[in-house]
Amino acid sequence: MPRRHPTRPPLRWLVLSLVGAGAAVVVSVSVGPIGVSPFDALRVVVDRLPGVALDHGLDPTRAAIITEVRLPRVLLASLVGSVLATAGGAYQATFRNSLADPFLLGAAAGAGLGVTVALTGAGSELGDSGTAVTAAAFVGAMVAVALTYGLGSSASERTGASLILAGVAVAALLSALQNLLLQRDDESIRDVYAWLLGRFNVAGWDEVRLLVPTAFVSLTVLVLASRRLDLLALGDDEAHSLGVDAGRLRLAVVSAATLATAAAVAVSGLIGFVGIVIPHAIRLRVGPSYRRILPLSLILGAPFLCLADLLARTLLSPAEIPIGVITAVVGAPFFLSLLRRSRVRPT
Amino acid sequence: MTRMTRKTMRSAAALLAITLAFAGCGDDDTVVSAPEAVTDGSTSTSSTPEPMFPVTVTADNGEVTIPTEPTAIVSLSPSITEMLYAVGAGDQVGAVDASSDFPADAPVTELSGFRPNVEAIGALAPDLVFLARDRDDVVATLEGVGITVVLLEAPESLEDVYRQIETVAAATGHLDAGAEVAAEVESGIAALLSDVPERDEPLTYFYELTDEYNTLTSQTFIGAVLALAGLDNIADGVDPGAGSYPQLTAEYVLDTNPDVVFVAHADGSAPSADELSARPGWAELTAIVDGRVVALDPDIASRWGPRIVDLFDDVVRATAGIG
Repeated sequence: MPRRHPTRPPLRWLVLSLVGAGAAVVVSVSVGPIGVSPFDALRVVVDRLPGVALDHGLDPTRAAIITEVRLPRVLLASLVGSVLATAGGAYQATFRNSLADPFLLGAAAGAGLGVTVALTGAGSELGDSGTAVTAAAFVGAMVAVALTYGLGSSASERTGASLILAGVAVAALLSALQNLLLQRDDESIRDVYAWLLGRFNVAGWDEVRLLVPTAFVSLTVLVLASRRLDLLALGDDEAHSLGVDAGRLRLAVVSAATLATAAAVAVSGLIGFVGIVIPHAIRLRVGPSYRRILPLSLILGAPFLCLADLLARTLLSPAEIPIGVITAVVGAPFFLSLLRRSRVRPT
Repeated sequence: MTRMTRKTMRSAAALLAITLAFAGCGDDDTVVSAPEAVTDGSTSTSSTPEPMFPVTVTADNGEVTIPTEPTAIVSLSPSITEMLYAVGAGDQVGAVDASSDFPADAPVTELSGFRPNVEAIGALAPDLVFLARDRDDVVATLEGVGITVVLLEAPESLEDVYRQIETVAAATGHLDAGAEVAAEVESGIAALLSDVPERDEPLTYFYELTDEYNTLTSQTFIGAVLALAGLDNIADGVDPGAGSYPQLTAEYVLDTNPDVVFVAHADGSAPSADELSARPGWAELTAIVDGRVVALDPDIASRWGPRIVDLFDDVVRATAGIG
């Protein structure tokens, strides 16, 4: 790797990434208990479009399983992968901390507590419908990060370090509350853990529809902020002298990243590792500029999680492996091999 | 506590009266509407190819119409699997979930009833799917892809069980056999109830699910069945926030000194009376001293199929002699 890094993603990388993401979706849609060729999978999907009728030779139930169960799941996993990878990269930039991930400021613990409240007796008046649980997860994640921000952002602070510490404290507090609720209501433990371990298995078009608008807005904001994030890498004061208000940039990036993360967590449960491994892997290949890392994270987070979910649902079918286990087991060695092969050290 | 007991006794007496009055009658109120079948007055259990279909049954997911006789049934509940075989629909069952180990010849698969995999269920091309829980809107998802689903959730009473047996029977074309099985279970329970002695003070019991004092209350089905046998659950009302499966403290169990200890560990382990009395303080418990530790088959005790009579038999025989 050369030490001099251009700042825009090379066209070759963009094209290859997009092709890879598309291929991952097509392969994922064609593999499952009902196996079809990628070509037939495309025909089934196209047949489903309004005003189109294609002969695909599958009975209606099987075709419906592909378009109503598998396709939304594949798209949701891809979208969540994009969100977590981009949010992770943005957090690493904002806090100049290579261990930052989208859950740094307590989003995971907040969502976990929200879900637990909704599923245990404590929140029975909320109802335990899927919508209530999704809403509780979203609100929990947002409130937790807002709490962290309120407690941790002091005027004197310059590096975001106090925010990180506040995030640790808030996460610990919320996790403790969650454990208390869980311990008092054994019946819900199975439901809560099923939720926490990732819930692509119950994904449908509703979840996709919920996530798309938030993800679109947030990811746009994050990618547009990437030039300023590059300046922030020089330090808050240096960035300031170049016309970037570090505090305001941090607030904007954290808000956008949290909004998307909370929405992703609400529809998919807690999925770790994506937010760390994808931006770092990309950084090792294309250098430290966030103008390259963030757009490529957005594109490559999708096939990573999409294929991880493919393994999660096929390896032990009809049982499922928690998606978080796959992202860690597949992601960690991959990441380590990149680290070993590369001379470039992560920031 | 006493209010609970009186209520329990009253419902037990009422159940007994109803059972005796209608014994063998299998009253199916509004559960089933199959006009062709009602005219068939015979009590034969054989599944005659009568024009029973389409049939509409009332399940926990509403009115479900089964267009033709199902021949590729998928059951994702051990209780419902037992009902299917009991009413003679075993031949129509194509696949059952991993926990459905009774009867032994049921076509067990890796399918899970706890986290149903819609794709894997659909790949079996079932014409009828039985479920006992609707986790994560799985019923709507299955129906959305055109699969007929009958949802029969965990019952709260024996009456619910009888209704479920008849619903399973009607949905599979075994209406008469269903009524018969339900009546058999009903009269079996009634006969056992007559063996329950009158007690001034109801017996108290602790129902052990794990070594860590996880237990259940009378709000569960099995708890309701034990209440019928004139037994008081020491876990009732202790921790209203903890739901129907609370965890008690060791001290509480010792302090309440239950008359009977039922052991039905979910993991299948069954501590012996010796092992129990080796626990700190347990050697002095009335239940241990008087030898009233009753091991229940955890499979039967967590289900609500026709074998509930066997369980009830164990319970009544183990406790009837206690004044």
